[in-house]
Amino acid sequence: MQDYFYNLADFINSKLQSEEVYLCELIGEQSDFVRFNQGSIRQAGKVEQYYLKIELIKGQYHATGELTLGLATEIDQQRITALLTELREKRSHLPADPYLLYATEKQSTESIGKNQLPDAEEMITDILPTIKNHDFVGIYAAGGMFTGFANSFGQRNWHSSYPFNIDWSIYHNTDKAVKSAYAGFDWKATTFQDKITQSVAQLEILKRKPHTIKPGKYKVYLSPSAVHEILLLLSWNGFGLKAQRTKDSSLLRMLTEPRQNLSTKITLLENTTEGIAPAFQSQGFIKPPQVTFISAGRYDSALVSPRSAKEYQVNTNGGNEEEIPLSFDLLAGQLAVKEVLKTLDTGVYVNNLWYLNYSDRVACRMTGMTRFATFWVENGEIVAPLNVMRFDETLYQLLGDKLVDLTTEREFIMDTDSYERRSNRCANLPGALVEDFTFTL
Amino acid sequence: MQDLIKQRFYKIIPKVDFCSLRYVAEHSEKLVIRQNVMEPPVTKKDIGVMITVFDQGGAGYAATSDLTESGLRRAVKQAQSWAICSRKQSIVDFSKIAMPQIQGHYQSQVEKPWQTVPITDKIELLQNESKQCKINDKIAAWQASLWSVQTEQLYLTSDGGEISQQHEYLMPEIRVTANQGIETQYRTLGEFTTGRQGGLEVLEQIKFIGKGKQLAEEALQLLAAPNCPAKKLDLLLAPDQMMLQIHESIGHPLELDRIIGDERNYAGTSFVTLDMFGNYQYGSPWLNVSFDPSMTEQLASYGFDDEGLPAKKVFVIREGILETPLGGHISQTRAGLSGVANSRANNWNRPPIDRMANLNVEAGQSSLQEMISSIEAGILMQTNISWSIDDSRNKFQFGCERGQLIENGELTTVVKNPNYRGISATFWRNLSKVGNKDTFQIMGVPYCGKGEPNQVIRVGHASPACVFSNIDVFGGAV
Repeated sequence: MQDYFYNLADFINSKLQSEEVYLCELIGEQSDFVRFNQGSIRQAGKVEQYYLKIELIKGQYHATGELTLGLATEIDQQRITALLTELREKRSHLPADPYLLYATEKQSTESIGKNQLPDAEEMITDILPTIKNHDFVGIYAAGGMFTGFANSFGQRNWHSSYPFNIDWSIYHNTDKAVKSAYAGFDWKATTFQDKITQSVAQLEILKRKPHTIKPGKYKVYLSPSAVHEILLLLSWNGFGLKAQRTKDSSLLRMLTEPRQNLSTKITLLENTTEGIAPAFQSQGFIKPPQVTFISAGRYDSALVSPRSAKEYQVNTNGGNEEEIPLSFDLLAGQLAVKEVLKTLDTGVYVNNLWYLNYSDRVACRMTGMTRFATFWVENGEIVAPLNVMRFDETLYQLLGDKLVDLTTEREFIMDTDSYERRSNRCANLPGALVEDFTFTL
Repeated sequence: MQDLIKQRFYKIIPKVDFCSLRYVAEHSEKLVIRQNVMEPPVTKKDIGVMITVFDQGGAGYAATSDLTESGLRRAVKQAQSWAICSRKQSIVDFSKIAMPQIQGHYQSQVEKPWQTVPITDKIELLQNESKQCKINDKIAAWQASLWSVQTEQLYLTSDGGEISQQHEYLMPEIRVTANQGIETQYRTLGEFTTGRQGGLEVLEQIKFIGKGKQLAEEALQLLAAPNCPAKKLDLLLAPDQMMLQIHESIGHPLELDRIIGDERNYAGTSFVTLDMFGNYQYGSPWLNVSFDPSMTEQLASYGFDDEGLPAKKVFVIREGILETPLGGHISQTRAGLSGVANSRANNWNRPPIDRMANLNVEAGQSSLQEMISSIEAGILMQTNISWSIDDSRNKFQFGCERGQLIENGELTTVVKNPNYRGISATFWRNLSKVGNKDTFQIMGVPYCGKGEPNQVIRVGHASPACVFSNIDVFGGAV
């Protein structure tokens, strides 16, 4: 695939006209997807998709097009030639772009993943006997993921990986279920079996009579998965320079005097080095190893795309077009996981949050639901599953004044999203113990 | 291209119980003027096929963008391989599913096709609108955009089914942000929710021209407005919020694949159970809801779903009573209930699942003035800005861009950050008035997310304004 892409890049180069520059990016995958319901297969199939984006530039004028590759050289070259003609014609009608910025210094890189995945059907053969006696519902996704960049300055970047990600719930009844996942690059059937055994053990607690609490303020423990949901909401316009300069950021109150801060226990980074996403972006810039968003509770830096860099006259740090983090890293705290229940004492143990959104974006007040295995805890012991509750709380409370501590152990979470393509986002996160967390419904 | 695909498909049909090919070609273009500067326009040309095979009780699919005969043959083998793997391991016995075998054609009604208008005219139109937005230094950001999508689909089955469909959509948007200190307020056309099937004539239908200035004025008004009060009030929802209310608390809970459990790991389950159809009081007697793929302007109007079922209007709730689930052919067979033609995929690379398509509240009798006059203490809310609902689609909290109090039968103070919360199972029973045809508007959601693997799809929601009694409303953080 890498050679095929580089050959297409050379082909584009050969078709350039005087003073033209091109940038191109390939994003592709060979994915097996198997959906399960009630411990059986619901839908199973394979998807092979390869998208090529070409940006054709002349001076400050440019136009961008994206096409599907069929991986047949002659057909793909015909499609590229037609697209270049179309982009050239379109570009002639467009105004000059004052914010156009792309890398001109050649920085080629290569990160080639090793394919250790067994055949997909073999993995399913491992999975089915383990799940068949449970109300197991979820998705298996696995296979190669490819990202490439090339430009007319001879820069070539390649990133390939071969991950698997099984994301599941095992249900007791109605909405009472244990959620878990197994992701990585080196499939071990025994590890999957162990995880299912753990899920089934947790399911025993869900068989107890559910507890219902009244709206009000409670002490809660948010698992790393629950913290992840909060950070995913924040990533929507929270950390990008454009959102900050246009007063659209949910962290506006951390940026505007008198500034509001989070707890000094909060240090949050984009940690590209420890992530699974490519270290290059669509205009050819190489990302720094880390970008610190929040340092000891105070706002530090934003993600800056090349376009924002030009518009606001700052340096880019390799932010993607949307200025969305891909590799969250929240530093650990001092609370040992084995001490969580004892320290929580009486309150709510939240394994998962769901469907978060802002009830007041610039105040960073957010709402959402508890989901899956959420428990009522008394005197440091899990008493019963909790019926779902809605919360409504500001970030400045839950990761600020009311944060008791973060856990010392962290969990590495590989995102399961597959909108348009399988995600390469990940996060390394602790759990959080929070006081006076507001449940409203 | 379609003829070539057809010839190749008929050459490669394997000896199996059923095989289909679904070809999708999508061409899209988005033009954005942000703060009077053009953003880089992107043209996308996406093309590919999905092969589906049913054989001896198993089923498998394979999606590929390699449309050569050898590419299609490889996809058939991959689909067959998954069909064999899932045989006797599948939740559905596909040997008992007889798929529709239909011939037909559907095409969007388009007066001014996107491609027939020069790009320079479209840029000028957006520039003019953008320049109207910056009416004050407190306008911190603004943009105007047009997003056009044209699709061609061909669905072929091994037993002679052949359906072709062509759609064109236009999704316009204007967004204005006003800021002062730590306060930011927004007014939008609804984040692409005014999108419709059609060409540039959609702009006239939604009165796009001049909206930029109006939205900027309203954003400034909100910046100076008091917070929405926290109390129980009668709630008058405009169609651009009814759309979201219908989507989240009627559409999703009635999707049959959620009810029978397929979505429990991701999009969620439903508080609705199979035994409720035909008898459950979903809402007040004024609530009439239809699945209606026949309203040509709506985003999800079509002739056939992606498993070849002909689409027609069906009432899902009539006079408040739940009648019909939103489930396609396979889900109907699994559940033993009749449903609608809503098995849809968002593209060639995702398999069809149950989708709500166009789901509309039928117009009632009340004029807008009659509804306002009837409210002693209430609030009008417009344009969705925030949405959150539990995985059973019951406990919800929604927010709007703009609120206006109703006191003693009159619209009074504009308020910012209006939110409300409730429970689907009881909320619709508080429906006390349904607006007439003059209040009825066509809206839609271009990004409805669901499914594993995930897919976003276009759905349509048309609705009149409606009044709900005694609802818990509240404002933003102090």
